Amino acid sequence: MSQEHIDEVMAREYAAGFVSPIESDTLPPGLDEDVIRFISAKKKEPDWLLEWRLEAYRGWQQMREPKWAHVHYPPIDLNAVSYYSAPRSMKDGPKSLDEVDPELLAMYEKLGIPLHEQEMLAGVAVDAVFDSVSVATTFRGKLAEAGVIFCPISEAVHSHPELVRKYMGTVVPRKDNFYAALNSAVFSDGSFVYIPKGVRCPMELSTYFRINEAKTGQFERTLIIADEGSHVSYLEGCTAPMRDENQLHAAVVELVALDGAQIKYSTVQNWYPGDAQGRGGIYNFVTKRGVAHRDARISWTQVETGSAVTWKYPSCILRGDNSVGEFYSVALTNNFQQADTGTKMIHLGKNTRSTIISKGISAGRSSNAYRGLVRMSPQATGARNYTQCDSLLIGDRCAAHTFPYIESRNPSAVVEHEATTSKVSDDQLYLCRQRGLDAEKAVSMIVNGFCKEVFRQLPMEFAVEAGKLLEVSLEGSVG
Amino acid sequence: MLEIENLHARVDGTDILRGLSLSVKAGEVHAIMGPNGSGKSTLGHVLAGRPGYTVTAGSVRFLGQDLLALETEERARLGLFLAFQYPVEIPGVSNMEFLKAAVDAQRDYRGEKPIDAVTFMKNARETCKAVDLDPAFLKRGVNEGFSGGEKKRNELLQLMLLQPRLGILDETDSGLDIDALQVVARGVNSMRSPERAFVMVTHYQRLLDFIEPDRVHVLAGGRIVRSGDKSLALELEARGYAWLEDEVA
Repeated sequence: MSQEHIDEVMAREYAAGFVSPIESDTLPPGLDEDVIRFISAKKKEPDWLLEWRLEAYRGWQQMREPKWAHVHYPPIDLNAVSYYSAPRSMKDGPKSLDEVDPELLAMYEKLGIPLHEQEMLAGVAVDAVFDSVSVATTFRGKLAEAGVIFCPISEAVHSHPELVRKYMGTVVPRKDNFYAALNSAVFSDGSFVYIPKGVRCPMELSTYFRINEAKTGQFERTLIIADEGSHVSYLEGCTAPMRDENQLHAAVVELVALDGAQIKYSTVQNWYPGDAQGRGGIYNFVTKRGVAHRDARISWTQVETGSAVTWKYPSCILRGDNSVGEFYSVALTNNFQQADTGTKMIHLGKNTRSTIISKGISAGRSSNAYRGLVRMSPQATGARNYTQCDSLLIGDRCAAHTFPYIESRNPSAVVEHEATTSKVSDDQLYLCRQRGLDAEKAVSMIVNGFCKEVFRQLPMEFAVEAGKLLEVSLEGSVG
Repeated sequence: MLEIENLHARVDGTDILRGLSLSVKAGEVHAIMGPNGSGKSTLGHVLAGRPGYTVTAGSVRFLGQDLLALETEERARLGLFLAFQYPVEIPGVSNMEFLKAAVDAQRDYRGEKPIDAVTFMKNARETCKAVDLDPAFLKRGVNEGFSGGEKKRNELLQLMLLQPRLGILDETDSGLDIDALQVVARGVNSMRSPERAFVMVTHYQRLLDFIEPDRVHVLAGGRIVRSGDKSLALELEARGYAWLEDEVA
């Protein structure tokens, strides 16, 4: 695609109405092969990747939106979505934080994500994704010393094409499902991580995602490769500003844990959930999956409080013998939020082990479903799974559902499933209030207690944030 | 400190309190006795502001304020404490966290800063010793898996840490063995002061052997039918309640 064509496409009219005064290049709504060519050209991608995208797009055209999840929402007009948006100040590419648009930094401050402070105090490298393009990457030096590659995936395509080409799409195939195929066709940006053999990543890696453009679908794509015997802990947190119209978020995350490697992936998700009347909010249709090779371990921890509709199943394919998969989840829904979330543990190797701890909290008129699959394949001799699935109800207008699927094709495999449903009782609230706590504080304390087993899995600073997030998300849940 | 006048209250559509009047001065300890179903526990819950307990007539003044106009938590912050007969469990919320939040809520109400964690932990551990509770209980969930006696001692622990102006003990003695009863008595006695009052709801005279009341009241049919000094409790112990009910009828 020529530069002229790009300019022409960009010159088409589009509605503005930005929340943040940062100027953006935003593609007008709609999706066809030209849009994909445009995205690919804009990113100066190699031909193989353009072909890869187009192949995904063609597959996607044959697919239908899945309807099996326990969520209800009006049909999404995918032609009303804009598939590309980049902060204009990125054109020259900031080399350091000093070069980052001060407006952008100010917004991060408002969101409580002060990059400077994080750099100095937390020692966390941040690859901040603002809309679709990464705008600030820090601590590159220290990571480079250890041989760790941590950069936007759009950059990795150029700097480490052999790794991207070898692994991208191997965990979540391009045509895995409707939204994964869409993401594969139009993915904007995301993180790329490679930890070399035997290396323990010297710091927690974190990325903050943020939707800022009206009607701009956010199609993150993240690929993490932990080479043999390496360790990495990756944190992902999301915030989004108030918004009237539904926004689509369809991310893909792929984890590859080679022999003996360990990947810990933690998420705090608080996309805009819609208002108290159920208007607006993010549609969060995410595909996250990891493959664990021999003796490897993949651990997913998620705290999900945001989005109007969530459809998300971080999963583990336990391919290698003795590999371990873990899923720790807190999913909170309030007002009119709907969540259908859980995990899949696919046991292929011998003596593979998986643990699922799921805590669902429903308040308001929300609906919260746990959906989990534990599959013991015929080769999975000696495999074990333990699942604990607890639901907590606040008030009497919300709903909790549990859909556990267990498929065992190996007689030596052991699968355990425990489930409870409880309510925040009036007596508990009364006890708390009699001791001087107001009802909201009491509910937040009770809910935090309920989630303790999961919060324990989070890195410390995230655990504190998660607790606060629950408190904020529960506002107005008790009358 | 506490002035109850002609209090009428209803629970689940049934009138339980029917014109109860009681006056408690700072520094006093009052015992409320009476047969089952006379409204003893209801009195405590109405004063504490339990949702579902509706006051249909009468007035209550506490420390010069209209108590009935206050929310449950405001009454607590003002210094009204109810030791529960059946304390509920709050799984996953550590006792320590719960207690500190309660203490801080009161401090906040008085315009003070939250207590620092180290000081609080030291206080909490020492108080644990005083109520004969292993400090390990501070790390456990509130009442989670506690025995009946442990729950009662945990109530006492809260009472002692919160230092209320008025402590209402709702049958704190029931189900306690003699040693545990003495622990409770020791705790309450250590807190007696000219600024603080206690109202103890009890079935048995036994508690009053250890905590000597200034006044004893007999509640029957939702009203106080007889008041007296400690000797009234002894008389009840000897004669039961029937004669009083007959007398009232």
